[in-house]
Amino acid sequence: MAQRMTKLNEEKVFKDPVHRYIHVRDRLIWELIGTSEFQRLRRIKQLGTSFLTFHGAEHSRFGHSLGVYEITRRLINVFEKDPEWDPNDRLLCLCAALLHDIGHGPFSHSFEKVFQTDHEHFTREMILGPTEINAVLRKISDDFPKKVSDVIGKTYENKLVVSMISSQIDADRMDYLLRDAYYTGVSYGHFDLERLWRVMRPREDQVVIKHSGMHAVEDYIMSRYQMYWQIYFHPVTRSAEVILTKILHRAKTLYHNGFKFKYVPTQLISLFDGQVTVEDYVKLDEALILYYFQVWQEEEDPILKDLCYRFMNRKLFKYIEFTPMDLSLYDELRDTFLEADLDPDYYLVVDSSSDCPYDLYRPGEEEEKLPIYLVMPDHQLRELSRESDVVDSITGRKRTDHKLYYPLDAIMALPSHSKAKKKLRSLLSI
Amino acid sequence: MLEDHAKIVSLLEQAGEVVGRKKLQKIIYILKKCDVPFQEKYHFHFFGPYSEELSLRIEELCNLGFINEVKETKGGYYQYRYTQTEAAKEFLSHFDIHMETIEPLIQELNNQNSKFLELVSTILYFDDLTREEIIEKVQVVKKKQNYSLDDIEEAFTFIASIKSMNTKVS
Repeated sequence: MAQRMTKLNEEKVFKDPVHRYIHVRDRLIWELIGTSEFQRLRRIKQLGTSFLTFHGAEHSRFGHSLGVYEITRRLINVFEKDPEWDPNDRLLCLCAALLHDIGHGPFSHSFEKVFQTDHEHFTREMILGPTEINAVLRKISDDFPKKVSDVIGKTYENKLVVSMISSQIDADRMDYLLRDAYYTGVSYGHFDLERLWRVMRPREDQVVIKHSGMHAVEDYIMSRYQMYWQIYFHPVTRSAEVILTKILHRAKTLYHNGFKFKYVPTQLISLFDGQVTVEDYVKLDEALILYYFQVWQEEEDPILKDLCYRFMNRKLFKYIEFTPMDLSLYDELRDTFLEADLDPDYYLVVDSSSDCPYDLYRPGEEEEKLPIYLVMPDHQLRELSRESDVVDSITGRKRTDHKLYYPLDAIMALPSHSKAKKKLRSLLSI
Repeated sequence: MLEDHAKIVSLLEQAGEVVGRKKLQKIIYILKKCDVPFQEKYHFHFFGPYSEELSLRIEELCNLGFINEVKETKGGYYQYRYTQTEAAKEFLSHFDIHMETIEPLIQELNNQNSKFLELVSTILYFDDLTREEIIEKVQVVKKKQNYSLDDIEEAFTFIASIKSMNTKVS
């Protein structure tokens, strides 16, 4: 308990392009940042494959995690005067903010899809297991790691604390929207962060918004909408993601078929076998994965070799808009890919909006998700889209999309007399 | 390709009709916990296990015309009714998915109300804890729903009964 009150002799600051400075005064936070598990986040990109579309998007989960911590810290400063806020939750909230992404692996979403892992599971393991993070958190109390894990897992009793880190308007989203906009270099995606946290109010079990702050929230929702379509669901980024997923699938399949790798992926074997431990997991980062992609360009397997070459040299798949109402086009394409000796399991891929790990605002009908509430002048709560025409107009909009990815260059490289080539060109209108 | 979409359509084929988004979310979560191979990722939300991926997939299926969604107003809030469409039959013919073997299980879940399924799915979410810890956790995270100890006992009995049913999809 003594440690709880320990402050550093002097404040530490991180220079940050989004928040200008990130301030650390608590020894606990400083020690958490110094753990090897947290430092590993420097080697995991926040936006995965987006750097192949927006070359600036090389920022890491390390910077984002610090950003979420900083937003939470400033939000707590606003809440401190409010009787609904319990100052005893301060450190818990800051630790959860800092550690919320600790369980993410390299190219997290594709990894989870292929290897059936779950970053939330590893977040829990890294906080509760025999890790440096756990040792630091236990300096507060034996049950403190469990509390931090429950806040991140959204099963903590105080839902107000949970909603600051994870809700439809939380420190996580606020940081990643601004940070991703900054690093991708796009001009949309901005909103007035300071105004937002000034109109946020702690209320019983969630953060709500003062009615006069509705326009600031509209701006945030618009930012979320634009970033979704322009950055997160960008078709070129999705193409890179498709190839990345297929490389991992291919490597896993080859391993299970007894393929003799020239460059044996020793560090990935527990993943292939579905027996990855937290000790194996913390050794994984994007440097390691990119190393394998680099050397696998020399493997004998033509598919693995080609897909790695494509990823490393940005020779991505092209796409057509695809409406899978009638699957006969897909079936015909599949047969023709086989005729052309292109394995459709790897070279003909449908990607849907539901494959993208980002989401848009939902007004929480039927209690599916807790919506954003405005506190009206009469102190009643109103769901945002019922008050805001702007939000209402974009929440009602169609937000689904499907694309069909294929290797244009490989098709064009087929012999000119090839019937399959002719047919593919006609089916894909190329 | 779209196999995960087809599983949802196939589920609706067996269920006939599912009333409520929340109910559909919880049915699929419970089936997942019974090892029925749905792939959607779930996380714990304010109202229990919830999958954004599933919500979006259902929206995609509605937009593609394979699922029919009817919005109803019910005492100041909205409720959605889901059925499979005619076009879905042709869509399903492209896949080798057969949920007939678990039709009794699907019906059993569909016969329950969504508040009860919320409790069942919450208990299943914490199935790595002991029975006592689960009860304690449910009372903490579901304070507002005010589930009684009898409700919780009933949910445990229900879980035992569905786990004894066939959960193998042929």
